[in-house]
Amino acid sequence: MSKERIKISEDLYDIMPSDYQDLVKSATYGKEDRGWKDIGNSKELIEQHSLCAGCPESMAFRYILASLPNPEDTVMVGSTGCTSLVFPMVAVHNIHSLFGNQNAIASGLKRALSVRFPGRTKDVVVLAGDGATVDIGLDMTLQAWFRQEKFTTICFDNELYANTGGQESGLMQKGFVAKMAPVGKLFDKVRLPEIARESGCHYVVQCTVSKPSLIEKVVRNAVMISREIGPTYLQLYTPCILEIGKNSMEGLQEMRDSEKPTERFAYKEFISEPAKELLAELAAKDKEKKAAAKQLAAQGA
Amino acid sequence: MADTHSVIGTKNKKGQTFTDTWEMLNEAPRTPSFFTGSEVIKEALRRASCDVMIAYPITPQSEAAALIGELFAEGYIGDYFRGESEFAVMSQCAGAAFGGARVFTTTAGPGTMRAMENFPMWAGARLPIQMIVTCRGINSPLSIQPDTLEIAYLLNTGMLVWHAETAQDFFDWILKGYMVSEEPDVHLPLALCCDGFFVTHTKDVVNLTPADMCLPPYDPYRSPVPCMDMECPPVRMMRDPFVMKSNYISYATHASWQQEVWAAVERSRKHTIRWINGLIETENIDAEVLIVSSGTAVSQGREAIRLLEDEGISCGLVKIKSLRPWPGEEIREATKNAKHIIVPEFNVTGWLAKEIKASIPNSDRVNAGPHVCGGMTMPPEIIVSEIKTLLGMRTMSLAGRGS
Ligand SMILES: Cc1ncc(C[n+]2csc(CCOP(=O)(O)OP(=O)(O)O)c2C)c(N)n1
Ligand code: SF4
Ligand SMILES: [Mg+2]
Repeated sequence: MSKERIKISEDLYDIMPSDYQDLVKSATYGKEDRGWKDIGNSKELIEQHSLCAGCPESMAFRYILASLPNPEDTVMVGSTGCTSLVFPMVAVHNIHSLFGNQNAIASGLKRALSVRFPGRTKDVVVLAGDGATVDIGLDMTLQAWFRQEKFTTICFDNELYANTGGQESGLMQKGFVAKMAPVGKLFDKVRLPEIARESGCHYVVQCTVSKPSLIEKVVRNAVMISREIGPTYLQLYTPCILEIGKNSMEGLQEMRDSEKPTERFAYKEFISEPAKELLAELAAKDKEKKAAAKQLAAQGA
Repeated sequence: MADTHSVIGTKNKKGQTFTDTWEMLNEAPRTPSFFTGSEVIKEALRRASCDVMIAYPITPQSEAAALIGELFAEGYIGDYFRGESEFAVMSQCAGAAFGGARVFTTTAGPGTMRAMENFPMWAGARLPIQMIVTCRGINSPLSIQPDTLEIAYLLNTGMLVWHAETAQDFFDWILKGYMVSEEPDVHLPLALCCDGFFVTHTKDVVNLTPADMCLPPYDPYRSPVPCMDMECPPVRMMRDPFVMKSNYISYATHASWQQEVWAAVERSRKHTIRWINGLIETENIDAEVLIVSSGTAVSQGREAIRLLEDEGISCGLVKIKSLRPWPGEEIREATKNAKHIIVPEFNVTGWLAKEIKASIPNSDRVNAGPHVCGGMTMPPEIIVSEIKTLLGMRTMSLAGRGS
């Protein structure tokens, strides 16, 4: 979709909702260097949210939406869970259908968009909870990767089923006492990043959302690689402060504590050979562009 | 956005001419061909301008699903793949339809049941997907034989549900089904059912439309809900997600949307009547005895009527083609003179008889049965015997009935 399409006819301008006017005036559609720094300066693609106050998922949403390289041609797929409270307020097309089927929906969607818009970029990004990704939807998560479907899967790992009140999930830590794990979880946190690598993902990152610049980088990489090569996977720690008994101010510290090199959310990254080549190419192009801009600026001066 | 110029008369990449559907199905010449039901499904799909077909093996639809794969290899279908389960396949179909594709899939029995959570979602999301259901047993112990019990589960999903009797029905209805499903005031999925094996695996003469004509492509911008392709402005869908709210507005929104889905089923009535020439077909309905049924039970009913005629007993027939929308008024009218209404069915519970009983006055006229299930065939003799018993006539004892 070109930015032309969201333009408002002058005659109708005053009756359009103000957030739509803002979207047209100051959205970052079409801006090549969009990123987390636009937050607060440009119209964001997310309006209010109805998550718990201070829920790190809300930060994660803002960073991801600010970092999508091509939001004007991106369709997102969600699942049931806390994220489904946010999607209705997100200004890119997004699909909620059932709990756990997000990678199946995305497979069909991506193929339909490829059939309908040959030669055009249409990115598909899945964003779902850990219960949706690893438990109820695991076969569809993995099978989409086996089939090398070209979309990005993002998992908001809060290590439990938040939306239904804090039950055990496959990504919960061993020993954690939760609803439905009354004597503590009996098995290890599922190693999905490793499974993703073995299942054919070309780019896998596990990290927390404490640093917006890092989220910008990994989201961009994941989307670009899935567009050109094949499936990519991001597992982001977004602690459920409500269920682990933290205050609304404490989410950030919780993430910082858990991303230390010895902790379970230490930065982890796997990149396939073709993906490495693509990233190098993109970096070289970026460098060229910056050099050209610098030269232009120098000439102008 | 929506194309304003017509594609009718232009050619697709396979050299087929996009043809006005009414003309193609009602006026173009037909060629008689001797095909299995599965091959007929393939031939219909060749002409359907289908964007995405997603397959999964289960008897008795595996052959049809694989044959459509051949069509894909030949370039007639936009994309095709085997999903990992029927639940996943139906979600993949949903994803493709959300993205604006004309979508086709086939399943049967346990596959239908495995995928069930998707069907009310399809209807609620207004996705005009077409699903062929080649009915088979869903009971345990495992059975692959014909049995129509699964249709009962589809009736309350908000999908359109049609029940084909013959391969000819199948060929025409696959193409016509898209025309009804894709109407902007309908825009609902269609479960096009047939009785497995009887229709899929037997050969029959089917009159085919010319292979160089195909349906006009689906236009997703005629949908009553936005197509998820980022080609129209991305309005925020709601300020407040309704799912978790316990308030009147939330309830009212959900309630009115469900009512709207069922209102769309109702609105499909006029299109269905036009395309498949009425929701029911009748013969000799002034007779005191009427056989009312759907699917291949209708064919067995026809045979029974012939046998009864030989004995001088007059019996009429009502063939129900569409189960959703339900032809309640048509059945009421067609059965108004009948003293006995016999409803033969290929399932153990007799769901069709229940539907009919709920639609007509003096429902004690309805005789639920004969029923066969688990793959049994329905010899016309058991229908004859049931009717003669109802009429107080002596009948030959049939094996296994212990009369
Ligand atoms: C088929 C089905 N089973 C169960 C549920 C109930 N359910 C809704 S959300 C949810 C948990 C979501 O957990 P997760 O995916 O981790 O997301 P979170 O809420 O933690 O962000 C469950 C079990 C459902 N909606 N559908
Ligand atoms: S329940 Fe947990 S994950 Fe859900 S919004 Fe609240 S803090 Fe966030
Ligand atoms: Mg969770």
